[in-house]
Amino acid sequence: MKEIIIDPITRLEGHGKIIIVMNDEGNVERAYLHIPELRGFEKFAEGRAVEDMPQITSRICGVCPMAHHMASTKTLDDLYKCKPTITARKIRELMYNIFMLEDHALHVYLLGGPDFIVGPTSSKEERNIIGIINKVGKENVLKVISMRKKLREINLMLGGKTIHPVSGVPGGVSRPINSDELEKIKQVANESIEFARFTLKLFKDIVLSNDQYLNLITSEAYTHRTYYMGLVDEKNRLNFYDGKIRVVDPRGNEYAKFDVHQYAEYIAEHVEPWTYIKFPFLKNFGWKGFVDGEDSGIYSVAPLARLNVSDSLPTHEAQTAFEEMISMLGKPIHHTLANHWARVVEMIYSAERIQELVNDPDILDSNIRNIPTSVPSEGMGVVEAPRGTLIHHYITDERGVVKQANLIVATQNNAARIALSIDKAAKHLIRQGQVNEGLLNMVEMAFRAYDPCHACGTHTLPGNMPFAMYIYDTNGKLLNIVKHNL
Amino acid sequence: MNNRPKVAFYWCASCGGCEEAVVDLAEKIIDVVSLVDIVFWPVAMDYKLSDVEALPDNSITVSFINGGIRLSEHEKVVRLLRQKSKLVVAYGACACWGGIPGLANQYSREEILERVYLTTPTTANPEKIMPPQDGYAKLGDVKIEVPTFLPELKPLDEVIDVDYYIPGCPPTPEVTWNAINVLLSGKLPDKGTVIGASNRSLCDECPLNKTKPENVLIKEFKRVVNYSPRADTCLLAQGLPCLGPVTRGGCGALCVKANMPCTGCFGPLENIHDYGGKALSFLASILDYENEEEIKREISKLPDVSGLIYKYTLPKSLLKNLLRSVRK
Amino acid sequence: MSTNNYEPRIVVFACNWCSYAAIDLAGTSRKLYPPNVRVIRVMCSGRVDPQFVLEAFKNGADGVIVAGCRPPSDCHYINGNIKALRRFTLFKRLLEELGIEKERFRLEWISAAEADKWVRVVNEMLEELRRLGPLKAEAVSV
Ligand code: SF4
Ligand code: SF4
Ligand code: SF4
Ligand code: FES
Repeated sequence: MKEIIIDPITRLEGHGKIIIVMNDEGNVERAYLHIPELRGFEKFAEGRAVEDMPQITSRICGVCPMAHHMASTKTLDDLYKCKPTITARKIRELMYNIFMLEDHALHVYLLGGPDFIVGPTSSKEERNIIGIINKVGKENVLKVISMRKKLREINLMLGGKTIHPVSGVPGGVSRPINSDELEKIKQVANESIEFARFTLKLFKDIVLSNDQYLNLITSEAYTHRTYYMGLVDEKNRLNFYDGKIRVVDPRGNEYAKFDVHQYAEYIAEHVEPWTYIKFPFLKNFGWKGFVDGEDSGIYSVAPLARLNVSDSLPTHEAQTAFEEMISMLGKPIHHTLANHWARVVEMIYSAERIQELVNDPDILDSNIRNIPTSVPSEGMGVVEAPRGTLIHHYITDERGVVKQANLIVATQNNAARIALSIDKAAKHLIRQGQVNEGLLNMVEMAFRAYDPCHACGTHTLPGNMPFAMYIYDTNGKLLNIVKHNL
Repeated sequence: MNNRPKVAFYWCASCGGCEEAVVDLAEKIIDVVSLVDIVFWPVAMDYKLSDVEALPDNSITVSFINGGIRLSEHEKVVRLLRQKSKLVVAYGACACWGGIPGLANQYSREEILERVYLTTPTTANPEKIMPPQDGYAKLGDVKIEVPTFLPELKPLDEVIDVDYYIPGCPPTPEVTWNAINVLLSGKLPDKGTVIGASNRSLCDECPLNKTKPENVLIKEFKRVVNYSPRADTCLLAQGLPCLGPVTRGGCGALCVKANMPCTGCFGPLENIHDYGGKALSFLASILDYENEEEIKREISKLPDVSGLIYKYTLPKSLLKNLLRSVRK
Repeated sequence: MSTNNYEPRIVVFACNWCSYAAIDLAGTSRKLYPPNVRVIRVMCSGRVDPQFVLEAFKNGADGVIVAGCRPPSDCHYINGNIKALRRFTLFKRLLEELGIEKERFRLEWISAAEADKWVRVVNEMLEELRRLGPLKAEAVSV
């Protein structure tokens, strides 16, 4: 008989509202995630000089600007048929893994982490950085902050800017690394592997050793059997920077593996009349509505999906952590909240990959650029953003002026599954009209596990309002707007 | 509670980079948190809009708002924050002048909706469903409010009164820190002031400034597509359209240090009424030809003049009525 | 505003030495030119900042003319007209790119003796602007 609105959904990058419709018995009829955002990048890309796109599209998301910058730069390589030099490619991959590591750290400690580290039913004054300080100690929080800062400073140096990098050009990068700089980077690389290990240990100590949390992770409320999508290398191993797009079905079998040039054969986007976000799905299945299972084309991306599509991880410690996770949860893992764990495993991989790259002699070479000579017409590029598979596609005239652009953005790929998660969590957690603040936060948790970034998801729609919960009765009467201090 | 200043952060049509920029204050953020009470910050804290509604008018010492105004809902929230705040600061290029999403003002709302929801190659929308533009949507029998997509993107000061501006896309941590100190100092500058950044041009703080000739003259505009800039010479003198001469300093020439031209994210220097107009004027004047045909030829090679000179400021441009008149 | 009785407003930036003299001549020799024209005298076309032109459009001009001495050598400040040529060629390119009708802006070289040319230019522009109709000053909120 009530409608609940959680407005705004906090601690995620973007804006959103959760709307819950209750039936006469006081149970949840249906919960919706509403994203009120649109900016129209696909349109105003038209007319732009294509070499500006890596800087323009990074403004889709200031949380993962490097992901857009890189997807766009790779699209330029493709458009001009001009591969980056070996060194340029390695510099890009180095920057990219540094970015993944610090972005994941942000989520683990500041955005999603508080739910676990401080506790899902604690008060709102505590579920934030201040609560984290109380729980793990100020010096550990400072350690996280200073680690992120050092990583971001390296990307400032290599990319020009950390937020909205500028160094990506077709065929390479705009600046090399010199040996003094490399020494500095090596130092941070050493610290960062320690940091990633520390994070995994913390996660095990606080989360995995607590049965209550483990039960929460594996509870049906946070479980969906969907398809999963992510980039893999030629040996079906995790890769963030490059590879083929692999999709596995809910039983973990390969459903498809394709090159980015075929993306439109596999992915379509559904439009709903009540939100600005579009819902991608696997094209062959057609849109079946918000349901999971093998017949539904709903798929998921981001850390958990990436581990689900990977046969193994290419670095040693990450592989160990990956095996540990599978031995506990099986594979594929359908528990949404396991995204937090997968994120920590990926931090280990990034840190190890950074190590490999800084110790690679190629990285110091001054040959950082191939100069395009061909006439542009169409290009596509893909990377794994922290929040999932990210695809750019541009068509230009012969001067390299964009005529058309299409973008399939990380969070957007998860939109349908997020909608499922919220609906399911609400149904499980709100019973007989019993609604309390801790429960509402747990609905939000379902959402935050994806680390959704609605600046991304709705690059089509302009950034606006975070989240709310509105309670309606079945006749559509607004009964209540739940405040967090009920 | 106590008499510490109360601070709110809010984002409109933002990419979130401005929020990250605040987080990039890193250790300093803990100092800030200990000096002020944050009463609203959706990205980082669990306070809801209803908490803001419950505050008395003018009780927030300062609200920092980033992102441009693109949805009806943004207008509502910023008006609420204005009512509850003593000071409002436009934080970042989007809030100050519209920013990169402001390039959308070249196109009408209808063209944007059509592209996004009907014609992109992956959109599967046979029934031609559009997000509702009449204020609400129906979920079964439940009607929910859905904000409308405004006809154009507006900078913050076209919707509410703005006291101060912090430039940059995003503002750097140094600029943010300077601005916070200005606000906390108790000696408030004149209303309308740009705070935190420099009052001199970017060239002034650029490491390549000493290699910039007194009078720059070039034979052609180069593009980074097929030109690899040298790190030892002023980029403008190399022929790249670097906007340092008309851009406010404060970032330390970040892009130039990465061998890429300044695109103007710190916006206009004082006394410039129209950033793009000024940029256009200076770019044209360095083109070293006297004859009309040659001038035309070189200009025709520029791929995107509006995106070059108005990358961050199109919604603030004096071209506004011209744009409105030609939008479909 | 109804387009029926719409009278376009034209702002003219005319350099003191040639174009303004031509306008003066048109006045003294009683050549008629319409009253909807505001002439702003500047020392040289090279002193016309594109921002002035934009300002004029913002303040309600439907069309703008920048007029100066014939290039290459008539300018009294050596190369002011060349500067204007560079700037307003780029300016025209901007308008074209944004889809703004090219009829709304003209760069004209009018020497002191060319009162006839001045009258012709203004009348042509008036006619074209009448056809185009007024600029929209407000965002349309549907
Ligand atoms: S100013 Fe730049 S960083 Fe800030 S919201 Fe706008 S695009 Fe993002
Ligand atoms: S024009 Fe650009 S490169 Fe040259 S001095 Fe100015 S900012 Fe530096
Ligand atoms: S160099 Fe220019 S574009 Fe780059 S950060 Fe500085 S002001 Fe912004
Ligand atoms: S004096 Fe007439 S154009 Fe320079």
